[in-house]
Amino acid sequence: MEKISLKEIYLDNAATTYTDKRVVDEMLKYMSGDGVYGNPGSFNTIGLKAKKALDDARQRAANILGCNSSEIIFTGSGTESINLALQGIARANMNSKKKHIITSKVEHKAVLETCEYLESTGFKVTYLDVDEFGLVKPEKLGAALTDETLLVSIMYANNEVGSVNNIPELVKVCKESGKKVLFHTDACQAAGYLDINIKNLGVDLMTINASKLYGPKGVGLLYIRQGVVLKPIIIGGGQERGLRSGTENVAGIVGFVKALEIAEQEKNSEVKRLTELRDYLIKNLMEKIPKVLLNGHPMQRLPNNANLSFIDVEGEAIMLMMNEVAGICASSGSACTSKTLDPSHVILALGRPYEVAHGSIRFTLGRSTTKANIDKVIEVLPGIIEKLREISPVNLKMEEVLPIGK
Amino acid sequence: MKMEKEEMIDDELSSVNELKVIPMRHKDVEAKVKAGKVEEWFYTDIVKDHFFNPRNLLRSDDDLKKFAHDGYGSVGAAACGDKMDMWIKIDKENDKIIGCLFKTFGCGSAIASTSMLTVMITENGGMLIEQALKIKPQDIVKRLGDLPQRKFHCSVLGDKSLRQAINDYFRRTGQNDRIVIEGAQVVDMALKITDKDIEEAVLDGAHDFEAVQKKTKVGVHDKSCIPKVKELIEFYKQKYYGG
Repeated sequence: MEKISLKEIYLDNAATTYTDKRVVDEMLKYMSGDGVYGNPGSFNTIGLKAKKALDDARQRAANILGCNSSEIIFTGSGTESINLALQGIARANMNSKKKHIITSKVEHKAVLETCEYLESTGFKVTYLDVDEFGLVKPEKLGAALTDETLLVSIMYANNEVGSVNNIPELVKVCKESGKKVLFHTDACQAAGYLDINIKNLGVDLMTINASKLYGPKGVGLLYIRQGVVLKPIIIGGGQERGLRSGTENVAGIVGFVKALEIAEQEKNSEVKRLTELRDYLIKNLMEKIPKVLLNGHPMQRLPNNANLSFIDVEGEAIMLMMNEVAGICASSGSACTSKTLDPSHVILALGRPYEVAHGSIRFTLGRSTTKANIDKVIEVLPGIIEKLREISPVNLKMEEVLPIGK
Repeated sequence: MKMEKEEMIDDELSSVNELKVIPMRHKDVEAKVKAGKVEEWFYTDIVKDHFFNPRNLLRSDDDLKKFAHDGYGSVGAAACGDKMDMWIKIDKENDKIIGCLFKTFGCGSAIASTSMLTVMITENGGMLIEQALKIKPQDIVKRLGDLPQRKFHCSVLGDKSLRQAINDYFRRTGQNDRIVIEGAQVVDMALKITDKDIEEAVLDGAHDFEAVQKKTKVGVHDKSCIPKVKELIEFYKQKYYGG
């Protein structure tokens, strides 16, 4: 594996990862004048080289996903793939009776905001509650399905708390209902850690993006099962089977596929390594710091995600102190780090009170994370929490902050 | 690194002073500051300094007993993301605030701005109550050397809890005629949106009706309130950004 060393301790890999050097090296071959720089749509030898590179990348991506290369559309981001999936399906069904969409309350904003937009165009959307770990219960999904249900969009792994949904089981519920429902999953956080083989998942549409798996920013992928009809949201020269016009980002796509291949090759060892580090981090912080809650499922979670709430203190203050004192870069679900005045919708959906959401910190580990990094967090965080608790006038009892109704 | 001048306290108030100067700097930060290695941050050096070394922080019940406060105010809740408690000591003869202790639940700028506020009202022998009542969030922000626009709302609780503490002092000393009531008034009857909500929205960076409506949904159902809301926006814009 590529070894890199950072001055900072980067524990925000769910936000984005660096681009792997091997990926960068590969991409460089598809940019400059002595490389493959043509437009895949040009009928000349320069263009054909680019088309060949694109076709080859698409086939290699299809090999990993276990699908046909014609079922893969490259886009500009995970958000764009999600928009294409949801809006594209909706647009193709404007005159159909099926105008119901089901999603969950803990989805990424790309899904939630798109659903809200679709509501304004006449679609009905059900936002499923999740359990205390952030997981969608199959029976809840089953109960929400109606004859009008067109599409279900449930994320594979949650970006904030890392909980992993049982996608095959959720797909099965849809199939067995006999309601002819399409299933899309946002697998942006899952790729690189979990099984993304379409045959095993059974989904009709799946979103992945490159910038979460050591690929470049600005490239996404949408798997669309053969026979599923979408209308494009970007119209023009008809690239990507007419579903995503615009000259293909050949270097980005080649880099994305290279990153995907590396991630698949290194998956087993990396999952094992990160799971150990994650559990070591969670265990030590919970032992060394009083009044801490783990957000998300204890086992059924991404190998790289540890999300904890520190009671009586505010997340942004924790983050800033960690950053300043030890160069630790994490993220928080506190309102002060969001653009709105609301704390994380995900932590709230777990049934946690607002106080707990404000004090949540997400550590997401990655390839650069070492045991020494985690030891540093374990070393400095207890003192930081103690110091902030000294400043805080709040002193809640644990009974007051445990999940509502538990 | 630019440092704020430490507050000056009269000799006879040295017992109050004692509570104020307990160093609070984390040893790692201390070393970094000394070596001039504190790197560029999202916040100014003054904000950072007050965040890492809050002045006038109440540390224990014992501190509070020694302090023997004349007024107490508390605003916010942990559920809202900010809570500020403030205790003040008054020089009754001169109607001045001569001591202040605080505790804050909140982000870096909330902690720094309360700390700075306590310095502002106690420095140079203390601030007249009349003056202290006029302190606005932007006065604190100015002393902090600015805050990012979207962190502005984090500085609004300090002055509110201070006014509450002053009212508490008035109440305790029978000066009921001096109590300033800050009641919220409902402007949007349909959604029960108050002038305080409009104030919050303006503080949070919404500077015209459309932006305030986006944040509060004011006037969506009760359209009759729109002229009044526009008036309030102008008022709060003037109050917080105009002066």
